Amino acid sequence: MGKFILDGQEIGFKPGQTIIEAAKEVGVEIPHFCWHPSLSVSGNCRVCLVEVEKMPKLAIACATQASEGMVVHTESTRALSARQAVMEFLLINHPLDCPICDEAGECKLQDYTFSHSVGESRFTEEKQHKEKRVPLGPHVMFDGDRCISCSRCIRFCDEIAGESELTFVNRGDRVTIQTFPGKELKNPYSLCVTDICPVGALTNRDFRFKARVWDMSNTASVCPGCARGCNIDVWVRSNEILRLTPRQNDEVNSYWMCDEGRLNTWKHVNAGDRVDCPHIRRDEGLSKATWDEIYSKASAELHSFSSGEIAFIGSATSTVEDNHLLSKLASHLHCKNIDFPRHIVPGSGDKILRREDKTPNAAGALAAGISPVKDGLGFEEIMVAIKSHKIKALVVVEEDIAAMDEKYVSALKQLQLLVVLASNFNATTELAHIVIPAATWTEKNGVFINFEGRAQRIRPAVATEQMDRSLDGFSMSRLDKFGTKFDRWGNYKKYDARPAWRIFLDLGHLLGLKAKFELAEDVWEDFTKHSPGFHGITYDDLGETGLTVKKELHKV
Amino acid sequence: MAVKKRMKDFTLMEKIYLPSIVAGLGITLQNMFKPKYTMEYPEVKFMPSGHYRGRPVLVQEEDGGERCVACGLCSRVCPALAIDIQAAETEKEKERYPERFEINMLRCIFCGLCEEVCPEEAIVMSKEYEIAFTNRQDAIYGKDKLLTPIADLQERIEFLRGNK
Repeated sequence: MGKFILDGQEIGFKPGQTIIEAAKEVGVEIPHFCWHPSLSVSGNCRVCLVEVEKMPKLAIACATQASEGMVVHTESTRALSARQAVMEFLLINHPLDCPICDEAGECKLQDYTFSHSVGESRFTEEKQHKEKRVPLGPHVMFDGDRCISCSRCIRFCDEIAGESELTFVNRGDRVTIQTFPGKELKNPYSLCVTDICPVGALTNRDFRFKARVWDMSNTASVCPGCARGCNIDVWVRSNEILRLTPRQNDEVNSYWMCDEGRLNTWKHVNAGDRVDCPHIRRDEGLSKATWDEIYSKASAELHSFSSGEIAFIGSATSTVEDNHLLSKLASHLHCKNIDFPRHIVPGSGDKILRREDKTPNAAGALAAGISPVKDGLGFEEIMVAIKSHKIKALVVVEEDIAAMDEKYVSALKQLQLLVVLASNFNATTELAHIVIPAATWTEKNGVFINFEGRAQRIRPAVATEQMDRSLDGFSMSRLDKFGTKFDRWGNYKKYDARPAWRIFLDLGHLLGLKAKFELAEDVWEDFTKHSPGFHGITYDDLGETGLTVKKELHKV
Repeated sequence: MAVKKRMKDFTLMEKIYLPSIVAGLGITLQNMFKPKYTMEYPEVKFMPSGHYRGRPVLVQEEDGGERCVACGLCSRVCPALAIDIQAAETEKEKERYPERFEINMLRCIFCGLCEEVCPEEAIVMSKEYEIAFTNRQDAIYGKDKLLTPIADLQERIEFLRGNK
């Protein structure tokens, strides 16, 4: 490891590292637009120009390798005036439409204009106009005027997504970005280009104009779209999810996430078909009930069956905590029939991030004991046993079994008792005798364990009726902090749903289960005590980016 | 420090009060013949000039549309959090517009920061000062109440431009 001097401070570097990388490691940010830590170096934005002693001209920090004894100045007069000149050039044709632009507030060009430019334009001529509002693909919109031609999106498609879809066309100030003829920007990771675009040239068509970034709160969580468990931020305004963005985690997803996870994992949280309170089937169909009513009815009915007549179906989309209490309840009732359905979609995985297992927590469900006890029945066997009337009562957690296969519908109709925990009404709740509203993955604390055995925390981003954003440790936007119920933005919808683990705890108490947990964290602690490999690991240990606990936990 | 006079120290003239009362009535009499500054509100209305900061309104262009592009700066700068905006996309050249624009007049403190920060000269302080409502819901002014034809706001806009 060599050493060089950066702004009078001696810093170390690994062989082959560039100045910008070595500086980043000690926390010094050299301004950059086109450079991205996980893309190749293109060196075309020129804003990272620094002065290197004994070099005749200024050098770009992103493409100049650090070498022993080098003396680098990032704030010298020459470096500063070059940087300001570059900023002035970049702003020549950039429109002053920040009020309209969705990137405003998280725009690199906006930030650098504030911190690194002179603040005035000498350009009085007509700006170069290009095509605006060009849909590059199903999810991404392009605005040619705003593009500063950094080529990050092009390099992303080439190098990360592995599908060359974008390219520069034309020369000089007429240069713009287009898809190759006959192609669309529709690779499975296309929306990542909107994250890395340093300006508002590429925007997310699903999120465009929905909210200002400074009006939203962001909560660190984990994508439930597949077994990868990409780290994400959940962006919420007025208790409503508006978008997801990937959060850097070099061990899991680097800077990326797939479009499917980004767009399709949260729409049900805001949807109109949420189960908003407990429901009981009466003669005329499902009707609303109180929590006490469903708890006493469900526990009394479960009590009337023998342990062999009951089956529990857990879920790999629920957290470890939820599944841990489900298995606790099952073993309290001496029930051996416990399993969870797999959601493997062959061919849907790739070598980048996406996995064929479309659930985030299959490893966690297994670790929590959601698998048939000796002589117990597995998922398919349970469904067969229902048809042959061996199993008469079924508890289903957050799984829409009826929608999985036609043959399950007729089986479910045979049941004498079907208790369903669900966040939204679906084909299974239509057949249920008792429907209990379960909190979604954005409404509870918990842990997902991904296919590599990495345990990662999810955190509540949307408040349910039992929660308060200010009292329950939510990430808060300014509007959350100062809103009252008399403000339209403070008077938002909260659903009456509870995390599955709390439902099983309350139900368990009525059935004689002796357990006392206040928080999801307590349930996790209890889980770690009973699970080898997880001993002594707390929520704090998992932190923001999780912990790989155990490699090769299982084969799903 | 002024020394307080005690009753026993008063002169005769001070003790009988009457001269002071007569002098006071004299001032009252003089004022009865001077010009009046009080207005007979509400029969007579106060007509402020361009400098006056009445309730904030949205500028409505001659084609009926609003100037506002829903950038959210007024909402961000508002110290009382009175402004709530929901943006949406339009087919017009300025592709963003406020689908909902609401000012909670119970929160508004008439500071004029929204007008000052607006990059489009789309929200200005009007001359309107008669703002009354009987419940909280009525205090939330939507676009129907906020949009004001640009012709009615010329005086304020000219005042603002003169100040810049």
